[in-house]
Amino acid sequence: MLKIPREILDAVIAQAQVGFPLEVCGILGGTANRVASRYPMTNTDASNEHFMMDPKEQFAVVKAMRAAGEEMLVIYHSHPESPARPSQEDIRLALTPNVFHLIVSLENREQPVAKAFRIAGGVIEPVEINTV
Amino acid sequence: MNLTVNGKPATIGEETAVSITHLLEALQVEQREYVTVELNGDIMDRGDFEKATVKDGDSVEFLYFMGGGR
Repeated sequence: MLKIPREILDAVIAQAQVGFPLEVCGILGGTANRVASRYPMTNTDASNEHFMMDPKEQFAVVKAMRAAGEEMLVIYHSHPESPARPSQEDIRLALTPNVFHLIVSLENREQPVAKAFRIAGGVIEPVEINTV
Repeated sequence: MNLTVNGKPATIGEETAVSITHLLEALQVEQREYVTVELNGDIMDRGDFEKATVKDGDSVEFLYFMGGGR
């Protein structure tokens, strides 16, 4: 189970809505599967169909989380026009070990859907989100 | 050789400077073709992985590409 404070999940969804129609992305930090902080990231692809994080931002965020005593818990991104499920590209690029993947779908913009997964070795495992 | 790798002390057997490619192998980093490396605060070009050298006392960070698509 992944625990996310309601205000952080709402902020992730708001970021997706503000960024629409492009995909947005970011990282959530925390400890013991409980999210404590959000780090919005630049989608260097600036695309409606893809996202790629800026390595310079990635290194800065990792160091900030380390300084805060946090670990990288979640890599998140939006699917502006498709369901909240990992795409083949999401699966192929799920390279960072031991993180959750959070996808926000705006397929229905009035009713965003957020779902979390573990992805390892091409295998997808849905993960329950507990808003706290 | 004593290094700091991703913020933690690390030791590899080599006594002399090694290439980034060699270091990633020594650290048994998987899927190295998808790794970005920062050496002493500078992000390294992938084309320099063979010639850039890591020496005792250096700080190395590495991360995997983070991306995807619909």
